[in-house]
Amino acid sequence: MLPPFDLCEPQSLADALQALSKHSDARPLAGATNLVPDLRDKRETCRNFISLEALDELRYIKRDGGRVTLGARTTIADILDDDGMKTDAPALYASAQIFGGAMVRTAATIGGNICCGSPSADSVPPLLTLDADVTLSSACGERTVPIDEFYVDYKKTVMRSDEMLTSVSWNVPPQGSANLFYKLARRKGDAITVTGVAVMIAVQGGVCSTARIALGSVGPTIFRAGAAEDMLMGKALSEDIIEQAAKAAADRCSPIDDIRAGAGYRLQTAHSLTRRLVTQAWQQIA
Amino acid sequence: MSNEKNVSVIVNGSEVKFVTPSHRTLLEALRHEGFVEIKCGCEKGDCGACAVLLDGEPVDSCLTLAWHVDGREVTTIKGIGHHGKADPLQKAFIETGAAQCGYCTPGIIIAAKSLLKDNPNPSLADIKRGLSGNLCRCTGYTRIFEAVQLAAKELRAEGEAA
Repeated sequence: MLPPFDLCEPQSLADALQALSKHSDARPLAGATNLVPDLRDKRETCRNFISLEALDELRYIKRDGGRVTLGARTTIADILDDDGMKTDAPALYASAQIFGGAMVRTAATIGGNICCGSPSADSVPPLLTLDADVTLSSACGERTVPIDEFYVDYKKTVMRSDEMLTSVSWNVPPQGSANLFYKLARRKGDAITVTGVAVMIAVQGGVCSTARIALGSVGPTIFRAGAAEDMLMGKALSEDIIEQAAKAAADRCSPIDDIRAGAGYRLQTAHSLTRRLVTQAWQQIA
Repeated sequence: MSNEKNVSVIVNGSEVKFVTPSHRTLLEALRHEGFVEIKCGCEKGDCGACAVLLDGEPVDSCLTLAWHVDGREVTTIKGIGHHGKADPLQKAFIETGAAQCGYCTPGIIIAAKSLLKDNPNPSLADIKRGLSGNLCRCTGYTRIFEAVQLAAKELRAEGEAA
Protein backbone atom coordinates (compact mmCIF):
# COMPACT_ATOMS: atom_id res chain seq x y z
CA MET A 1 0.00 0.00 0.00
CA LEU A 2 1.12 3.50 -0.78
CA PRO A 3 0.62 6.21 1.84
CA PRO A 4 -2.42 8.42 1.09
CA PHE A 5 -1.72 11.60 -0.88
CA ASP A 6 -3.62 14.32 -2.68
CA LEU A 7 -3.60 14.49 -6.44
CA CYS A 8 -4.82 17.02 -8.95
CA GLU A 9 -4.97 16.43 -12.66
CA PRO A 10 -4.65 19.68 -14.62
CA GLN A 11 -5.75 19.53 -18.27
CA SER A 12 -3.25 22.09 -19.56
CA LEU A 13 0.30 23.18 -18.84
CA ALA A 14 -0.97 26.63 -17.81
CA ASP A 15 -3.25 25.03 -15.20
CA ALA A 16 -0.43 22.78 -13.99
CA LEU A 17 1.86 25.79 -13.49
CA GLN A 18 -0.91 27.66 -11.66
CA ALA A 19 -1.44 24.66 -9.36
CA LEU A 20 2.31 24.48 -8.75
CA SER A 21 2.51 28.15 -7.77
CA LYS A 22 -0.59 27.85 -5.55
CA HIS A 23 0.52 24.71 -3.68
CA SER A 24 4.10 25.33 -2.64
CA ASP A 25 4.36 21.84 -1.12
CA ALA A 26 3.14 20.07 -4.29
CA ARG A 27 5.34 18.32 -6.82
CA PRO A 28 4.75 17.13 -10.38
CA LEU A 29 4.04 13.45 -10.99
CA ALA A 30 4.72 12.02 -14.45
CA GLY A 31 5.66 8.36 -15.13
CA ALA A 32 5.97 7.77 -11.37
CA THR A 33 8.37 4.85 -11.88
CA ASN A 34 10.72 6.29 -9.23
CA LEU A 35 8.04 8.03 -7.23
CA VAL A 36 5.83 5.01 -6.49
CA PRO A 37 8.67 2.87 -5.04
CA ASP A 38 9.94 5.93 -3.13
CA LEU A 39 6.47 6.50 -1.63
CA ARG A 40 6.12 2.83 -0.80
CA ASP A 41 9.52 2.67 0.90
CA LYS A 42 8.94 6.02 2.69
CA ARG A 43 11.87 7.77 0.98
CA GLU A 44 9.37 10.25 -0.46
CA THR A 45 7.63 12.47 2.10
CA CYS A 46 5.66 14.76 -0.26
CA ARG A 47 1.88 14.14 -0.06
CA ASN A 48 0.64 16.57 -2.70
CA PHE A 49 1.11 15.77 -6.36
CA ILE A 50 0.18 17.42 -9.62
CA SER A 51 -0.35 14.73 -12.23
CA LEU A 52 1.06 15.51 -15.69
CA GLU A 53 -0.78 12.50 -17.15
CA ALA A 54 -3.15 14.61 -19.28
CA LEU A 55 -0.47 16.97 -20.62
CA ASP A 56 0.12 15.55 -24.09
CA GLU A 57 1.37 19.03 -25.02
CA LEU A 58 4.57 18.11 -23.17
CA ARG A 59 5.04 14.87 -25.08
CA TYR A 60 6.88 15.60 -28.32
CA ILE A 61 10.16 15.36 -30.21
CA LYS A 62 10.74 18.51 -32.29
CA ARG A 63 13.48 19.28 -34.75
CA ASP A 64 14.24 22.80 -35.88
CA GLY A 65 17.35 23.25 -38.01
CA GLY A 66 20.08 21.53 -36.05
CA ARG A 67 18.22 21.76 -32.74
CA VAL A 68 16.34 18.87 -31.12
CA THR A 69 13.82 19.47 -28.32
CA LEU A 70 12.10 16.83 -26.21
CA GLY A 71 9.01 17.70 -24.21
CA ALA A 72 9.38 16.69 -20.58
CA ARG A 73 6.61 14.06 -20.82
CA THR A 74 8.38 12.26 -23.69
CA THR A 75 8.91 8.69 -22.53
CA ILE A 76 12.05 6.61 -22.80
CA ALA A 77 10.10 4.30 -25.15
CA ASP A 78 9.26 7.34 -27.35
CA ILE A 79 13.00 8.03 -27.70
CA LEU A 80 13.61 4.42 -28.78
CA ASP A 81 10.70 4.58 -31.26
CA ASP A 82 12.30 7.58 -33.02
CA ASP A 83 15.00 6.31 -35.39
CA GLY A 84 16.37 9.83 -35.83
CA MET A 85 17.53 9.80 -32.21
CA LYS A 86 20.25 7.30 -33.17
CA THR A 87 22.09 10.14 -34.93
CA ASP A 88 20.60 13.15 -33.12
CA ALA A 89 21.72 11.86 -29.72
CA PRO A 90 23.66 8.60 -30.05
CA ALA A 91 24.61 8.30 -26.37
CA LEU A 92 21.08 9.15 -25.22
CA TYR A 93 19.67 6.50 -27.56
CA ALA A 94 22.19 3.98 -26.21
CA SER A 95 21.22 4.81 -22.62
CA ALA A 96 17.51 4.46 -23.47
CA GLN A 97 18.10 0.91 -24.74
CA ILE A 98 19.28 -0.25 -21.32
CA PHE A 99 17.08 2.05 -19.22
CA GLY A 100 15.09 0.08 -16.61
CA GLY A 101 13.03 -2.69 -18.15
CA ALA A 102 10.57 -2.58 -21.05
CA MET A 103 7.57 -1.70 -18.88
CA VAL A 104 9.46 1.05 -17.05
CA ARG A 105 10.54 2.52 -20.41
CA THR A 106 6.86 2.80 -21.44
CA ALA A 107 6.03 4.96 -18.42
CA ALA A 108 9.25 6.74 -17.42
CA THR A 109 9.74 10.23 -18.84
CA ILE A 110 12.87 12.15 -19.79
CA GLY A 111 11.78 15.04 -17.57
CA GLY A 112 11.34 12.74 -14.60
CA ASN A 113 14.73 11.14 -15.08
CA ILE A 114 16.41 14.56 -15.24
CA CYS A 115 14.49 15.96 -12.25
CA CYS A 116 14.85 12.99 -9.90
CA GLY A 117 18.43 14.21 -9.46
CA SER A 118 19.74 10.70 -8.90
CA PRO A 119 23.49 10.27 -9.58
CA SER A 120 22.55 7.08 -11.44
CA ALA A 121 19.98 8.64 -13.81
CA ASP A 122 21.01 7.10 -17.11
CA SER A 123 19.77 9.81 -19.47
CA VAL A 124 21.80 12.54 -17.78
CA PRO A 125 25.45 11.72 -18.68
CA PRO A 126 24.46 11.61 -22.39
CA LEU A 127 22.59 14.94 -22.08
CA LEU A 128 25.66 16.50 -20.42
CA THR A 129 27.85 15.41 -23.34
CA LEU A 130 25.29 16.96 -25.72
CA ASP A 131 25.61 20.23 -23.77
CA ALA A 132 21.83 20.22 -23.42
CA ASP A 133 19.70 23.02 -21.99
CA VAL A 134 16.65 22.49 -19.81
CA THR A 135 13.66 24.83 -19.78
CA LEU A 136 12.14 25.55 -16.39
CA SER A 137 8.63 26.99 -16.50
CA SER A 138 6.50 28.63 -13.86
CA ALA A 139 3.34 30.73 -13.74
CA CYS A 140 5.59 33.84 -14.02
CA GLY A 141 7.55 32.77 -17.08
CA GLU A 142 10.35 30.47 -18.08
CA ARG A 143 14.13 30.30 -18.02
CA THR A 144 16.71 28.15 -19.73
CA VAL A 145 19.51 26.54 -17.74
CA PRO A 146 22.45 24.54 -19.12
CA ILE A 147 22.04 21.03 -17.74
CA ASP A 148 25.64 21.28 -16.54
CA GLU A 149 24.44 23.95 -14.06
CA PHE A 150 21.18 22.22 -13.13
CA TYR A 151 22.47 19.98 -10.34
CA VAL A 152 23.86 21.46 -7.15
CA ASP A 153 24.10 18.48 -4.78
CA TYR A 154 22.70 14.99 -4.18
CA LYS A 155 19.09 15.15 -5.48
CA LYS A 156 19.25 18.95 -5.35
CA THR A 157 18.74 21.14 -8.40
CA VAL A 158 18.42 24.85 -9.12
CA MET A 159 14.70 24.41 -9.84
CA ARG A 160 12.37 26.41 -7.56
CA SER A 161 9.33 24.76 -5.97
CA ASP A 162 7.00 26.74 -8.29
CA GLU A 163 8.93 25.64 -11.38
CA MET A 164 8.62 22.58 -13.56
CA LEU A 165 11.00 21.25 -16.18
CA THR A 166 9.09 21.43 -19.47
CA SER A 167 11.68 20.55 -22.12
CA VAL A 168 15.28 19.64 -22.84
CA SER A 169 17.08 20.62 -26.04
CA TRP A 170 20.47 20.34 -27.70
CA ASN A 171 22.29 20.83 -30.99
CA VAL A 172 22.68 17.75 -33.18
CA PRO A 173 26.28 16.47 -32.92
CA PRO A 174 28.45 17.69 -35.82
CA GLN A 175 29.84 15.51 -38.61
CA GLY A 176 33.07 13.91 -37.49
CA SER A 177 31.96 13.38 -33.90
CA ALA A 178 31.39 10.32 -31.78
CA ASN A 179 28.98 10.23 -28.83
CA LEU A 180 29.12 7.09 -26.68
CA PHE A 181 27.63 5.84 -23.41
CA TYR A 182 28.51 2.90 -21.23
CA LYS A 183 26.55 1.67 -18.24
CA LEU A 184 28.36 -0.64 -15.87
CA ALA A 185 25.80 -2.62 -13.86
CA ARG A 186 25.04 -6.15 -12.78
CA ARG A 187 23.07 -6.73 -15.96
CA LYS A 188 21.95 -4.88 -19.07
CA GLY A 189 18.66 -3.27 -18.14
CA ASP A 190 16.56 -3.49 -14.98
CA ALA A 191 19.62 -2.54 -12.93
CA ILE A 192 20.90 0.56 -11.20
CA THR A 193 24.14 1.91 -12.64
CA VAL A 194 27.40 1.26 -10.73
CA THR A 195 29.40 3.57 -12.99
CA GLY A 196 28.04 5.41 -16.03
CA VAL A 197 30.21 7.26 -18.54
CA ALA A 198 29.29 9.26 -21.64
CA VAL A 199 31.69 11.00 -24.01
CA MET A 200 31.41 13.32 -26.98
CA ILE A 201 34.57 13.66 -29.04
CA ALA A 202 34.83 15.61 -32.32
CA VAL A 203 37.82 15.92 -34.61
CA GLN A 204 38.78 18.78 -36.90
CA GLY A 205 42.03 19.02 -38.85
CA GLY A 206 43.39 15.94 -37.10
CA VAL A 207 42.99 17.29 -33.58
CA CYS A 208 40.29 16.96 -30.94
CA SER A 209 37.95 19.95 -31.37
CA THR A 210 35.23 18.98 -28.86
CA ALA A 211 35.75 16.94 -25.73
CA ARG A 212 32.96 16.31 -23.25
CA ILE A 213 33.13 13.62 -20.59
CA ALA A 214 30.27 13.04 -18.13
CA LEU A 215 30.28 10.60 -15.24
CA GLY A 216 27.38 9.15 -13.26
CA SER A 217 27.09 7.23 -9.97
CA VAL A 218 30.55 8.35 -8.87
CA GLY A 219 29.64 11.44 -6.87
CA PRO A 220 26.64 13.23 -5.32
CA THR A 221 25.65 14.55 -8.75
CA ILE A 222 26.36 13.59 -12.33
CA PHE A 223 29.11 15.91 -13.57
CA ARG A 224 31.46 16.83 -16.41
CA ALA A 225 35.13 16.13 -15.94
CA GLY A 226 36.35 19.55 -17.13
CA ALA A 227 40.05 19.06 -16.39
CA ALA A 228 40.05 15.80 -18.34
CA GLU A 229 38.27 17.47 -21.26
CA ASP A 230 40.85 20.30 -21.32
CA MET A 231 43.66 17.74 -21.58
CA LEU A 232 42.16 16.37 -24.81
CA MET A 233 41.31 19.66 -26.55
CA GLY A 234 43.45 20.68 -29.51
CA LYS A 235 45.47 17.47 -29.50
CA ALA A 236 45.84 14.45 -31.73
CA LEU A 237 44.85 11.87 -29.15
CA SER A 238 47.49 9.29 -28.23
CA GLU A 239 47.25 6.43 -25.77
CA ASP A 240 49.28 8.53 -23.36
CA ILE A 241 47.08 11.63 -23.54
CA ILE A 242 43.90 9.56 -23.17
CA GLU A 243 45.36 7.77 -20.13
CA GLN A 244 46.21 11.09 -18.47
CA ALA A 245 42.71 12.43 -19.16
CA ALA A 246 41.12 9.24 -17.81
CA LYS A 247 43.16 9.64 -14.64
CA ALA A 248 42.05 13.28 -14.34
CA ALA A 249 38.42 12.18 -14.76
CA ALA A 250 38.79 9.61 -11.99
CA ASP A 251 40.44 12.24 -9.75
CA ARG A 252 37.29 14.35 -10.07
CA CYS A 253 35.11 11.49 -8.70
CA SER A 254 33.99 11.19 -5.07
CA PRO A 255 32.12 7.90 -4.98
CA ILE A 256 30.56 6.16 -1.99
CA ASP A 257 30.44 2.52 -0.93
CA ASP A 258 26.96 1.11 -1.29
CA ILE A 259 25.14 -2.16 -1.85
CA ARG A 260 26.08 -2.16 -5.55
CA ALA A 261 29.82 -1.49 -5.40
CA GLY A 262 32.65 -0.14 -3.30
CA ALA A 263 34.08 3.34 -3.82
CA GLY A 264 37.42 1.89 -4.93
CA TYR A 265 35.80 -0.19 -7.64
CA ARG A 266 33.84 2.85 -8.85
CA LEU A 267 37.03 4.94 -9.06
CA GLN A 268 38.85 2.23 -10.97
CA THR A 269 35.96 1.72 -13.40
CA ALA A 270 35.45 5.47 -13.91
CA HIS A 271 39.12 5.58 -14.95
CA SER A 272 39.03 2.53 -17.23
CA LEU A 273 35.64 3.31 -18.80
CA THR A 274 36.69 6.90 -19.59
CA ARG A 275 39.86 5.58 -21.22
CA ARG A 276 37.88 2.97 -23.15
CA LEU A 277 35.16 5.31 -24.41
CA VAL A 278 37.51 8.16 -25.41
CA THR A 279 39.70 5.62 -27.23
CA GLN A 280 36.70 4.11 -29.03
CA ALA A 281 35.35 7.54 -29.93
CA TRP A 282 38.70 8.70 -31.31
CA GLN A 283 39.09 5.48 -33.32
CA GLN A 284 35.66 6.04 -34.86
CA ILE A 285 36.39 9.53 -36.13
CA ALA A 286 40.14 10.19 -36.41
CA MET B 1 -6.55 18.70 -4.91
CA SER B 2 -8.62 15.59 -4.24
CA ASN B 3 -8.11 12.02 -3.18
CA GLU B 4 -10.91 9.98 -4.74
CA LYS B 5 -12.06 9.38 -8.30
CA ASN B 6 -14.64 7.32 -10.19
CA VAL B 7 -12.79 5.24 -12.75
CA SER B 8 -14.27 3.47 -15.74
CA VAL B 9 -11.86 1.21 -17.59
CA ILE B 10 -12.21 -1.46 -20.27
CA VAL B 11 -10.51 -4.65 -19.07
CA ASN B 12 -10.22 -7.45 -21.64
CA GLY B 13 -13.08 -5.89 -23.61
CA SER B 14 -15.55 -5.35 -20.75
CA GLU B 15 -16.21 -2.19 -18.80
CA VAL B 16 -15.17 -2.18 -15.14
CA LYS B 17 -16.10 0.67 -12.79
CA PHE B 18 -14.72 1.42 -9.36
CA VAL B 19 -13.94 4.27 -7.00
CA THR B 20 -10.26 4.63 -6.25
CA PRO B 21 -8.27 6.69 -3.79
CA SER B 22 -5.31 8.53 -5.35
CA HIS B 23 -2.77 6.21 -3.75
CA ARG B 24 -4.14 2.91 -5.11
CA THR B 25 -2.12 1.19 -7.80
CA LEU B 26 -3.68 -0.43 -10.85
CA LEU B 27 -2.38 -3.77 -9.53
CA GLU B 28 -4.25 -3.38 -6.25
CA ALA B 29 -7.42 -2.06 -7.91
CA LEU B 30 -7.69 -4.80 -10.55
CA ARG B 31 -6.84 -7.66 -8.20
CA HIS B 32 -9.52 -6.30 -5.88
CA GLU B 33 -11.96 -6.41 -8.81
CA GLY B 34 -11.12 -10.10 -9.30
CA PHE B 35 -8.43 -9.94 -11.95
CA VAL B 36 -6.10 -12.13 -9.90
CA GLU B 37 -4.29 -13.32 -13.04
CA ILE B 38 -2.23 -10.14 -12.59
CA LYS B 39 0.54 -11.22 -10.24
CA CYS B 40 1.98 -9.15 -7.43
CA GLY B 41 5.77 -9.48 -7.22
CA CYS B 42 8.32 -6.87 -6.16
CA GLU B 43 5.95 -3.84 -6.28
CA LYS B 44 8.79 -1.61 -7.46
CA GLY B 45 9.00 -2.17 -11.19
CA ASP B 46 11.82 -4.69 -11.18
CA CYS B 47 10.18 -8.08 -11.75
CA GLY B 48 7.42 -7.49 -14.31
CA ALA B 49 5.06 -10.10 -12.80
CA CYS B 50 2.29 -7.48 -12.71
CA ALA B 51 2.66 -6.35 -16.33
CA VAL B 52 -0.50 -5.54 -18.30
CA LEU B 53 -1.08 -3.80 -21.61
CA LEU B 54 -2.42 -0.27 -21.16
CA ASP B 55 -3.80 0.98 -24.49
CA GLY B 56 -1.61 -1.71 -26.06
CA GLU B 57 1.64 -0.70 -24.36
CA PRO B 58 3.20 -2.78 -21.59
CA VAL B 59 3.29 -1.22 -18.12
CA ASP B 60 3.99 -2.45 -14.61
CA SER B 61 0.58 -2.23 -12.92
CA CYS B 62 2.36 -1.86 -9.56
CA LEU B 63 3.78 1.51 -10.73
CA THR B 64 0.62 2.74 -12.44
CA LEU B 65 -1.94 4.69 -10.44
CA ALA B 66 -5.47 3.30 -10.90
CA TRP B 67 -6.52 6.98 -11.04
CA HIS B 68 -4.79 7.33 -14.42
CA VAL B 69 -6.56 4.52 -16.31
CA ASP B 70 -9.99 6.18 -16.48
CA GLY B 71 -11.30 5.86 -20.05
CA ARG B 72 -8.48 3.59 -21.14
CA GLU B 73 -8.10 -0.09 -22.08
CA VAL B 74 -6.27 -2.75 -20.09
CA THR B 75 -5.39 -6.23 -21.32
CA THR B 76 -4.37 -8.91 -18.84
CA ILE B 77 -3.02 -12.36 -19.65
CA LYS B 78 -6.63 -13.63 -19.82
CA GLY B 79 -7.31 -11.08 -22.52
CA ILE B 80 -4.36 -12.42 -24.54
CA GLY B 81 -5.86 -15.93 -24.64
CA HIS B 82 -7.27 -18.72 -22.51
CA HIS B 83 -8.09 -22.43 -22.46
CA GLY B 84 -9.54 -23.44 -25.79
CA LYS B 85 -8.44 -20.17 -27.37
CA ALA B 86 -4.77 -19.87 -26.49
CA ASP B 87 -2.51 -17.28 -28.08
CA PRO B 88 0.46 -18.61 -30.09
CA LEU B 89 2.70 -17.27 -27.31
CA GLN B 90 0.83 -19.29 -24.69
CA LYS B 91 0.99 -22.42 -26.89
CA ALA B 92 4.72 -21.88 -27.41
CA PHE B 93 5.30 -21.59 -23.65
CA ILE B 94 3.56 -24.97 -23.19
CA GLU B 95 5.39 -26.51 -26.16
CA THR B 96 8.87 -25.51 -24.99
CA GLY B 97 8.29 -25.99 -21.27
CA ALA B 98 9.02 -22.30 -20.62
CA ALA B 99 7.00 -22.14 -17.39
CA GLN B 100 8.11 -23.74 -14.16
CA CYS B 101 6.40 -22.23 -11.12
CA GLY B 102 4.57 -19.97 -13.58
CA TYR B 103 4.36 -16.87 -11.41
CA CYS B 104 6.31 -14.68 -13.84
CA THR B 105 4.65 -16.17 -16.95
CA PRO B 106 1.67 -13.77 -17.30
CA GLY B 107 3.97 -10.73 -17.18
CA ILE B 108 6.48 -12.29 -19.55
CA ILE B 109 3.79 -13.12 -22.11
CA ILE B 110 2.44 -9.57 -21.85
CA ALA B 111 5.93 -8.14 -22.52
CA ALA B 112 6.53 -10.64 -25.34
CA LYS B 113 3.15 -9.82 -26.91
CA SER B 114 4.14 -6.16 -27.06
CA LEU B 115 7.56 -7.03 -28.49
CA LEU B 116 6.12 -9.22 -31.27
CA LYS B 117 3.54 -6.59 -32.21
CA ASP B 118 6.34 -4.10 -32.92
CA ASN B 119 8.89 -6.62 -34.18
CA PRO B 120 7.57 -9.85 -35.74
CA ASN B 121 11.08 -11.22 -36.35
CA PRO B 122 13.13 -10.36 -33.27
CA SER B 123 16.75 -11.36 -32.81
CA LEU B 124 17.79 -12.95 -29.53
CA ALA B 125 19.14 -9.54 -28.45
CA ASP B 126 15.76 -7.94 -29.30
CA ILE B 127 13.97 -10.59 -27.19
CA LYS B 128 16.32 -10.00 -24.26
CA ARG B 129 15.69 -6.25 -24.49
CA GLY B 130 11.93 -6.81 -24.76
CA LEU B 131 11.97 -9.01 -21.65
CA SER B 132 14.49 -6.86 -19.75
CA GLY B 133 11.83 -5.87 -17.22
CA ASN B 134 10.83 -9.43 -16.35
CA LEU B 135 12.53 -11.65 -13.82
CA CYS B 136 12.18 -15.44 -13.71
CA ARG B 137 13.88 -17.16 -10.80
CA CYS B 138 13.19 -20.74 -12.01
CA THR B 139 14.04 -21.29 -15.63
CA GLY B 140 17.27 -19.47 -16.43
CA TYR B 141 15.38 -17.89 -19.37
CA THR B 142 16.65 -20.23 -22.14
CA ARG B 143 13.28 -21.86 -22.74
CA ILE B 144 11.48 -18.54 -22.40
CA PHE B 145 13.60 -17.14 -25.24
CA GLU B 146 12.94 -20.33 -27.25
CA ALA B 147 9.20 -19.93 -26.65
CA VAL B 148 9.19 -16.33 -27.90
CA GLN B 149 11.20 -17.36 -30.97
CA LEU B 150 8.79 -20.23 -31.64
CA ALA B 151 5.72 -17.99 -31.24
CA ALA B 152 7.29 -15.40 -33.55
CA LYS B 153 7.82 -18.10 -36.18
CA GLU B 154 4.22 -19.35 -35.81
CA LEU B 155 2.83 -15.85 -36.06
CA ARG B 156 4.89 -15.10 -39.18
CA ALA B 157 3.68 -18.36 -40.77
CA GLU B 158 0.06 -17.42 -39.89
CA GLY B 159 0.64 -13.98 -41.39
CA GLU B 160 1.97 -15.47 -44.63
CA ALA B 161 -0.92 -17.96 -44.86
CA ALA B 162 -3.52 -15.22 -44.34
